[in-house]
Amino acid sequence: MTAALVLIAVFTLATAAVALSLRNLIHSALLLSASWFGIAAFYLWAGAEFVAFAQVLVYVGAVSMVILFAVLLTRRSRADTVIGPDSVARAISAVITGMAVFGVLGVAILKTSFTRFSPAGVPALPGGTGVSPVIAAPTATVRDIGIQLMSTHAAALLIIGILLTVALLGAVVLAAQDGSESKQESP
Amino acid sequence: MNLAVIPVAASVSEWSDSFLERLPLVGRDWLTSWLPEPWRWLVNSLLSIAVILSVFGLLFAYVTLAERKILGRIQNRPGPNRTPIPFTKLRFFGLAQPFADGVKSLTKEDVVPRGADHLLHFLAPVVLLAFSILTFAVIPYGRHLVPVELNAGVLYFFAAGAATELAVFMAGWASRNKYSLLAAMRALAQLISYELPLLLAWVPVVLVAGSLSTTEIVAAQAGWQFDIIPHWYVLTPWGAAGFAIFMIAALAESNRSPFDLPEAESELIAGHLTEYSGFKYALFFMAEYFGMIALSGMAITLFLGGWHAPSPYLEFIPSYVWFMGKLSALLLGFIWIRATFPRLRMDQLTRFAWKFLVPLALINLGNAAFWSLSLHWSGPLQILRWLISVLVVVGPFVLLGRKLSAGVAPRVYRYAV
Repeated sequence: MTAALVLIAVFTLATAAVALSLRNLIHSALLLSASWFGIAAFYLWAGAEFVAFAQVLVYVGAVSMVILFAVLLTRRSRADTVIGPDSVARAISAVITGMAVFGVLGVAILKTSFTRFSPAGVPALPGGTGVSPVIAAPTATVRDIGIQLMSTHAAALLIIGILLTVALLGAVVLAAQDGSESKQESP
Repeated sequence: MNLAVIPVAASVSEWSDSFLERLPLVGRDWLTSWLPEPWRWLVNSLLSIAVILSVFGLLFAYVTLAERKILGRIQNRPGPNRTPIPFTKLRFFGLAQPFADGVKSLTKEDVVPRGADHLLHFLAPVVLLAFSILTFAVIPYGRHLVPVELNAGVLYFFAAGAATELAVFMAGWASRNKYSLLAAMRALAQLISYELPLLLAWVPVVLVAGSLSTTEIVAAQAGWQFDIIPHWYVLTPWGAAGFAIFMIAALAESNRSPFDLPEAESELIAGHLTEYSGFKYALFFMAEYFGMIALSGMAITLFLGGWHAPSPYLEFIPSYVWFMGKLSALLLGFIWIRATFPRLRMDQLTRFAWKFLVPLALINLGNAAFWSLSLHWSGPLQILRWLISVLVVVGPFVLLGRKLSAGVAPRVYRYAV
């Protein structure tokens, strides 16, 4: 089991690292998708089937498309591979955004209390000899996840939904600014 | 193919465990009985993979032949009929044609454009085919024939299907050909547009069945009313609407006519396939048909009662035969549609998805919620339940259709009278 985890981790991190270092943006985007596959594999390894398939469906199916479209629509030619920042202000804002995301994720990870679970199927041992008591791994069915989302995390779900809707509307507004095109009605 | 006992809700008839029903399992156990116990599961899994590949490979070969023959019939020509069985003069209506095609595509020169991205150009058909084969893993082909039982089987199916979009993009971009790239963009716009109604169409089924597992969804459709009307979801108002939306979206997802814009041979040469030749082209072709077969299989699982027989009197026919029969009927429908409908235009295509299918699918979701909430209604309330459900399907369909086609339809043909 540990060997599989190491393999998955190496695959995920290696594809992400190579994606960062490549000059060809399309290759980077495709490698990033491979990296997301690695994360999905990790979820599968951890026994979270639903999250793993949702990861593939959302990230590999949709988010990768957004990235590829963005790359294709913003580059003038294949040779246009300048990926440096446009101005100092942009570079600073990019760094601030990155640090903010990293900070939020880091705090979230650090504040989570991890419990040691015995492998699935093995009954829980009364008071493990390790640092923390070992309890049986919970089996989260899709129903449990749905109930959790609709009760405990309903507010978060709604906020994320509103945020995504706002982002979508913003994208439409940005894209529809060409006055001449919006006038044209399809027959 | 696990030996897991699938819970059949009611009516376990004497046929459910008959010899024919168990024949694939008996055959497999006979083949692997000489192996030591620890190796058996591995060989069993490999065997089921081999069976799936060979059965659906053959099905693919003969669906292409059936398609060419039927299209020919509909267009008043014979279709391919001259390929004999090798070393004989027996033609049998050209039954050997798929194998001749296979040999031809294997021996053809594999041309790669000089400017192409060689690695991605090579990887695209491989990735596409790999993901379309992965989707076969969770479909229940028979009472005892489920290759992999997953808790989130339906989600797995559509996750594997979603990854094929990436391969289409890789093919279009790596070819370094403007037609390929344009077509790949078109294909992506189409695939993403129709992904939404496709996903929304099966959510009601999950809602009512209460499970994402394919075997449990099939089990939820067991049983018959008065021994002749099966409890399939397609025979409920929301199920019929969901099935129609699912099949339309499946047509678009598998790039079939009338949604074959990405290939549109008369406009874009052959779309993202332009720079592919020989066996790579055949792989694309294969993946497209595999996708079509898998989506049909999923439609059967979700709406058409899976491997269940339509009546208890017909249960003596084994379940996998019923599955294959339903599959052939759906594939025949696909071919018929291809022969009948003209291709859509790009704006019509996206408008149809976003303004028509997605709202209808969302309304259908509410309809299914009503259906599962009114499960305990009985007597005259049962009639009311059906009436409300039918109204919720038909009303928005008529209103939305009228509103969208106002000023557009009916079309007047000015030149070809």
